[in-house]
Amino acid sequence: MTPRRKRLWVVLGILAGVSASVALAVVAGRQDISFYYVPTQVALGKAPRDKDFRIGGLVMKGSVRRKPGDMTVHFVLTDYAHQVPVVYTGVLPDLFREGQGIIAHGQLGPNGVFVADEVLAKHDSKYMPPEIAAAVKKNAGIAGAAAAPSPRG
Amino acid sequence: MIRGGFWAMGGYARFVWPSIGFAVAVLLWNIWSARRHHARALVRVRRAIQMARSEES
Amino acid sequence: MWRWFHRLASPPHLYRTAGALTPWFAFAAAILIGYGLVDGLAFAPPDYQQGDAFRIIYVHAPSAWLSLFGYTAMAVAGAIALIWRIKVGYAVAAAAAPIGASFTLSALVTGSLWGRPMWGTYWAWDPRLTSELILLFLYFGVISLRKAFEDPGRGDRASALLGIVGVVNVPIVHFSVYWWNSLHQGGTVMRLGKPEMPGSMLWPLLAMLAGFMCFFGAVLCVRVRAEILTRERQSTWVREVVAA
Repeated sequence: MTPRRKRLWVVLGILAGVSASVALAVVAGRQDISFYYVPTQVALGKAPRDKDFRIGGLVMKGSVRRKPGDMTVHFVLTDYAHQVPVVYTGVLPDLFREGQGIIAHGQLGPNGVFVADEVLAKHDSKYMPPEIAAAVKKNAGIAGAAAAPSPRG
Repeated sequence: MIRGGFWAMGGYARFVWPSIGFAVAVLLWNIWSARRHHARALVRVRRAIQMARSEES
Repeated sequence: MWRWFHRLASPPHLYRTAGALTPWFAFAAAILIGYGLVDGLAFAPPDYQQGDAFRIIYVHAPSAWLSLFGYTAMAVAGAIALIWRIKVGYAVAAAAAPIGASFTLSALVTGSLWGRPMWGTYWAWDPRLTSELILLFLYFGVISLRKAFEDPGRGDRASALLGIVGVVNVPIVHFSVYWWNSLHQGGTVMRLGKPEMPGSMLWPLLAMLAGFMCFFGAVLCVRVRAEILTRERQSTWVREVVAA
């Protein structure tokens, strides 16, 4: 091959090697390369102010509110320790629902409500056919009812 | 089982089938590329044999 | 055991062994992948959450696993060549690189097509996705570095070095979802404890994983033979084999 072509390969090779090294150094050096903050971090003021960031948590049951015909939706994200209310206008992912893991991108508003411009759904590593999922849910319900203390007069 | 519903993939056909297609294409490329690599190697060896013969004569 | 290993270090022996193994790997791959695809796509039940979209796992997970396994094999082969001066190691490393790179690309593309309907995005700079993309760049680096030198020995050594340096990325890709908050979920099969999947979904997945591994073996054998023929073309045994 021509000397110039060979130098191109050298440059490509070195480039790839260097970018890989830099990326790894960034990963090793920074503590917080996590993809999102949790509601506890946001509630305790550990998330950036006046800057975009991501918040990840579970959608609290009963917290989803949406006016009919309106694309704006309100819901609350929780990590079972703290809650952060979120408002979002736009299309939600298929997997969005109560109890689902959600990662929202946006900014924390002055009133403590997180204004999201992007909502992603995060799912766990479990896979189940619908029948098994329904049975699991039913058993959890029965177990919950059995565990709850019966009211006594 | 292989009815219309199968191809629809529950509404996700436009994501599922291109994925399967791409993965299968990668498998096929691997087969084709490896065989081509091998064929070219044979050509190189034959050329080396020829060059050695012409040097001897 | 060491004798067997030492014999494989000899190019003609590796050449013959690879040739003998190829049809077995290929046959096993065809059976396993054939069964895995049919069962996974047509007969496994849909997921309660992801519906039929989850079936992408049957090509995505094996591709991702092979991208990591392939890089590790390539790095180990290069290290053996570098440290023990066993030259066939360079042939194996050179053979493994393009195969592993193609599976990395497959993992990224199938993952992206899976992410769009389920997560809501084709791409995110999450730790798992980013480190897998870096792995692809490392593969490209290893491949191009080998071609960059006029002296093929130098190219082999530089490639092997980059392969070894980059192998730290392999555990990063795997453990990223446990070390940091990420969008990508943790492992379903490659984890401590029971797989989080019923048998009807799991068997085709295991078959695809095994099938892809056998496929890798078959293609690697063909490429290793090609590498050995090229690298050893000045030697008598190669000329005798080819002239036959």
